[in-house]
Amino acid sequence: MEQVAIADEVHEHHEPTSFISRYIWSQDHKVIAIQYASTAIAVGLVALVLSGMMRLQLGFPHAFDFISPSAYYQFVTMHGMIMVIYLLTALLLGGFGNYLIPLMIGARDMVFPYLNMLSYWFYLASVLVLMASFFVPGGSTGAGWTLYPPQAILPGTPGADWGIILMLVSLGIFIVAFTMGGLNYVTTVLQARTKGMTLMRMPLTVWGIFVATILGLLAFPALFVSALMMLLDHTLGTSFFMPALLSQGELSDHEGGSPILFQHLFWFFGHPEVYIVALPAFGIVSDLISTHARKNIFGYRMMVWAILAIGVLSFIVWAHHMYVSGMHPYFGFFFAVTTLIIAVPTAIKVYNWVLTLWRGNIHLTVPMLFAIGFIFTFVNGGLTGLFLGNVVVDLPLSDTYFVVGHFHMVMGVSPVLVLFGAIYHWFPKITGRMYSETLGKWHFWLTFLGTYAIYLPMHYLGILGIPRRYYANLSTDFIPESAQDMNVGITIAALFVAVVQLLFLINLLWSLRHGKKADPNPWGATTLEWQTPDTPPRHGNWGHHLPVVYRWAYDYSVPGAERDFIPQTVPGSEGHDSDTGETKA
Amino acid sequence: MNIIVLFMVSVMAIFVWWMLLQRITAKPWLEQGVAFDPRVAGGNGYSPYVAGKLALWVFMVVISSLFMLFITAYHMRMELNDWRHLHLPGSLWFNTALLVVASIALQTARQGLERGNAGRVRAGYLAGGLFAMAFIAAQLWTWQQLVAAGHPVASNPAASFFYLLTGLHGVHLLGGLLVWGWGAARLLSGASLARLRLTIESCTVYWHYLLLLWLGLFALLQHG
Amino acid sequence: MAIALVLIALVIATVLFHIFSPWWFTPIASNWDMIDGTVDLTVWVTGFVFVAVNLFVAYAVIRFRHKAGARAAYEPENKKLEGWLTALTTVGIMALLAPGLFVWGKFVAVPEDAMDVEVVGQQWGWSYRFPGPDGVLGASDPRFFAGDNPLGLDPADAAGQDDILINGAELRLPLDVPVRVLARSKDVLHNFAVPQFRVKMDMVPGMVTHFWFTPTRTGEFDVLCMELCGIGHYVMRGRVTIVPETDFQAWLADKPSFADTQAVAAREAAAGEVHYATCGACHGAMGEGNPLMNAPRIAGLDKHYLARQIDNFRTGKRGANPDDSFGQQMAAMANVLPDEAAIASVSAYIASLPHQRADADPSLAGDPRRGAGIYQNCAVCHGDQGQGIWNMGAPRLAGMDPGYMATQLKHFREGIRGTHRDDQHGQQMVAMASILGGDQAIDDVIAYIATLQ
Ligand code: HEA
Ligand code: HEA
Ligand code: CUA
Ligand SMILES: [Cu+2]
Repeated sequence: MEQVAIADEVHEHHEPTSFISRYIWSQDHKVIAIQYASTAIAVGLVALVLSGMMRLQLGFPHAFDFISPSAYYQFVTMHGMIMVIYLLTALLLGGFGNYLIPLMIGARDMVFPYLNMLSYWFYLASVLVLMASFFVPGGSTGAGWTLYPPQAILPGTPGADWGIILMLVSLGIFIVAFTMGGLNYVTTVLQARTKGMTLMRMPLTVWGIFVATILGLLAFPALFVSALMMLLDHTLGTSFFMPALLSQGELSDHEGGSPILFQHLFWFFGHPEVYIVALPAFGIVSDLISTHARKNIFGYRMMVWAILAIGVLSFIVWAHHMYVSGMHPYFGFFFAVTTLIIAVPTAIKVYNWVLTLWRGNIHLTVPMLFAIGFIFTFVNGGLTGLFLGNVVVDLPLSDTYFVVGHFHMVMGVSPVLVLFGAIYHWFPKITGRMYSETLGKWHFWLTFLGTYAIYLPMHYLGILGIPRRYYANLSTDFIPESAQDMNVGITIAALFVAVVQLLFLINLLWSLRHGKKADPNPWGATTLEWQTPDTPPRHGNWGHHLPVVYRWAYDYSVPGAERDFIPQTVPGSEGHDSDTGETKA
Repeated sequence: MNIIVLFMVSVMAIFVWWMLLQRITAKPWLEQGVAFDPRVAGGNGYSPYVAGKLALWVFMVVISSLFMLFITAYHMRMELNDWRHLHLPGSLWFNTALLVVASIALQTARQGLERGNAGRVRAGYLAGGLFAMAFIAAQLWTWQQLVAAGHPVASNPAASFFYLLTGLHGVHLLGGLLVWGWGAARLLSGASLARLRLTIESCTVYWHYLLLLWLGLFALLQHG
Repeated sequence: MAIALVLIALVIATVLFHIFSPWWFTPIASNWDMIDGTVDLTVWVTGFVFVAVNLFVAYAVIRFRHKAGARAAYEPENKKLEGWLTALTTVGIMALLAPGLFVWGKFVAVPEDAMDVEVVGQQWGWSYRFPGPDGVLGASDPRFFAGDNPLGLDPADAAGQDDILINGAELRLPLDVPVRVLARSKDVLHNFAVPQFRVKMDMVPGMVTHFWFTPTRTGEFDVLCMELCGIGHYVMRGRVTIVPETDFQAWLADKPSFADTQAVAAREAAAGEVHYATCGACHGAMGEGNPLMNAPRIAGLDKHYLARQIDNFRTGKRGANPDDSFGQQMAAMANVLPDEAAIASVSAYIASLPHQRADADPSLAGDPRRGAGIYQNCAVCHGDQGQGIWNMGAPRLAGMDPGYMATQLKHFREGIRGTHRDDQHGQQMVAMASILGGDQAIDDVIAYIATLQ
């Protein structure tokens, strides 16, 4: 195997020795990734507990004194915001992006390690500010994760003083952190690929993270703009978004602002944001499926183009969240069309995952189970998106539990399943140990079935007409009693699934110490991260020589090859001769 | 929202076009071996110099996105009927001149760098930063003038936007000055020009960019 | 293998759940059955895709799961297959989109002959306005919001004088007449939604939004607020009653015009003094209240609040419950007042009496510190200092008799007061009081209120 020495690089990466420089002030992308991931999982658990308390209230109204309406709306808001931004975005990009990009493209580290470290510390600061908002007078904000003005900054909404200020400040810090990280990821992918690693030889994981990062870099400014302008409305009394209105019986000082303007800006960020969490999951799941089905990903080029197409389109669909916001109704035509068009590239991705399984050699490992679970829930959640995207169908369903069902299925379940699958898949590389397969399977079954039991019925509650963001459903003439029974069932399922996550934590913590020593490449994967000289990889990743890439990332079960995978670092002599690579099927 | 959509679509179009140049239509499974297409970027180990430049450009696109969003918001807010035209103080022309000088100074530093003229680099570089600081001070002074003239931040959305946009522009310049300051310290302590090349060139590009941005904002604020 | 079987089972279970669950749209009551049609179409198309894709996955797993010695195929792509799938998907998407856009076209085009009705939202209730005989809604502006002009109509606009105001939970609309709803908000975002009509729209302060429908069925329908608008979002309820056109006209004829309400508002407080003589027997000459007779202090309360309560007593919305004996007494007394004008003037008179602070009551058992936490929920309507907020219809609490408050809170919680369906504010208090878990919580919050001034 030919390897190229890039001698001066090795010197730049001397291994830090003290504990502090190694694990706390570390500039190693792998350590930063783990810092990002553990912080994200920790706040994720907070959000999980909050969702449990929301469910307690919805399932058993008034049984729990401490969940007053104020508290409920605070829980909902913090739950949504933490899950979307501080858990999913941070874990997928800050965690997996950091860990995998350099390893998968054959780099020693991110190109700006110091900036990378700063990115984490800013992220941590944003999390701390956010958590602090639970403890300020008036508590955290209860404006809903969409933070719509005017109510977000008026009394009548919990946390309208300090809570919302801290939320906006925290988001600002998060955006700075994300930008620092994002610049790093993009530059690293474009500049630091090892010899032979062309763009089209990159694994789809890198593609997904790469395009999601670009979306984030361009879209987060919209959140920044809306947050900053709202902050000024609140603290300095400007009227960007605030119209003249009556608050607490008195005419406000504001005049002439436009709440709809905020919504446009928010969703100009908000819609790309959902793809920011979806695209990395799409990429990762492609690699999980391909590796564990021992088959090349079907239609690699289409997969790349679909990621790009989704990325571009995601900037022109935002107003599908605003069909009933009072914006000009003619916009409905345009945005319904663009929204439904997005389903085409997404569908292509779904088909290609499925066709990768077809004629594969499917190993039903834990990551594979999670991947299949993902396909199921994503198709379900994506299809309900078509209801909402088709503007008239959204009229009865908007702001009901149908929407809650849709976005949990497509965002609260699907990418979360991918995350779990990914953690199981890369755990042996990250820690050098295997996890307990049995516990992993239990975790999969209970989470997969449990979450489906939570969210499938929610759609039907929504079709009934039950609104979202309701602290309690007062009696109506059209909601049958049985709806409340359903709510009880959902609550029980939700609490159960929440407790099941302990299996996952126990499995990880236990295996960290006591797991079986892992092979460097237990799954027989082709991509570079499995070809490192050490497991777990050391600082600088590649020892003295950077790897050289000779082939694409998906040479599984190549006809004529001895083994059923050929790592990217193996030169061309082995396996197929190049004219028969074209598919025959 | 037309402005920002146009902007995003152009950015995305450029991105996709560039991707196409990177041969994203290739069939990777048919290709084996190492360097089969030298036109394709990357894949040759990385140079901190190129990476730094690239990151700067990406960063400038991000800042553009931020300001395009503000400009979009500005236009949408302008349509509403409580908007009153804000008469800008003439001193802004003077401030603009300061920024132009700062940009020119850095440009001379960069030329000096190419010609190996250390004195010119030093003079140009330091002047560039000092004029930028003067610009910020002058902007702050303009703020005072406006407040004194009875246009505090909450008086009218036109005024609010004025403070917001100039303020944010200033913050970005301050960020640049941080890097500049680091470079200046090394320059004064006699670091070799070759080692400072990336810093000097980046500051120059960034200064030009912020000048351009300011001219755009200035024009916008004039007509608003 | 298990996963394949489970997928099949889940697909079947989902379809069965869909077919047999009792949860689906409530029967429609408007002309928008085309919307239901597009929903059905979407269910069919997406349902087909859901079943097909997932069964295919299950089949693939069964057929191609790992067996010893097996090897996967090598197939980087298949242009033809991918082309077909893309085309088919595009067709499916168009099949959804075309009818959808067609119906949206109808939704966007308001019929010429539609009747206008204005809906005004505020934290956390509804009011309505009809254009009156001239068919034109008068101008409104936030500057004019006041207790006597709750919808903020411009008093100088002639077109507004004959506008008919409906200040209550119920809106009536005529059967089979297209209505254009013009929606406006006094404070924050709200959303006017009646599930049976299928259509809804946000109400945005600073602008007027609109949508239209034609009621096709008589009956009563709940109005829900479907945009988060603060902690009372879930209690923001109203009711639309669809009646035949003639009944509608009769109902409308009874309602006051804007000019009428302004005339009533102009009544002098002095005129109320005569009527107050009767009240004074229990409530005290200066409205200071008399705990021995269980008559609360009423001096200085907001006049609109007082007028509403008196009206509630008279119309059986309050004090009709046999468990509320003092309320029943008051209902009898309220009926002594001859007419609307008398109510208005006596309320104005009581409002003009000087408000006094209640004496510190050492017998209060509650813990004010814990009460402060609970009171955060109350404060959004009654004010941080318990001063009451007219716009919310919430009375001053600071200085109210602790004993009276405790009784009322228990009444709200137990549904003795505030459950009448036309008592919007009462219903809100019922919902809010239900968060007070036990009597201890009531004592705590009252102890806290006693510290306010
Ligand atoms: C990961 C996150 C994620 C993803 C991927 C999506 C994907 C989609 N979403 Fe969703 N959405 C959210 C997260 C996400 N969404 C969130 C968080 C909200 C709520 C925010 C809030 O209000 O709090 C929301 C809300 C939301 C709304 C607003 C509803 C409302 O408030 O009234 C709409 C409306 O158009 C919508 C549409 C769609 C569509 C059309 C897709 C499409 O991209 C889906 C495409 C995928 C498929 C369609 C499945 C695969 C396709 C096939 C297998 C073939 C199909 C073939 C045929 C039908 C022929 N979403
Ligand atoms: C990624 C996003 C995400 C996730 C995972 C979840 C998870 C859950 N969500 Fe939530 N939710 C949102 C995003 C998410 N949610 C958003 C954006 C809103 C809207 C807020 C608003 O209206 O403003 C919302 C609102 C919302 C509501 C509506 C409230 C209302 O409108 O009144 C409800 C009600 O039942 C609910 C319930 C739950 C439950 C029971 C869970 C779960 O607990 C389900 C079961 C658990 C899992 C699937 C495991 C999850 C894994 C982790 C959390 C990772 C961290 C932990 C480890 C790694 C161990 N959520
Ligand atoms: Cu009004 Cu929600
Ligand atoms: Cu969206």
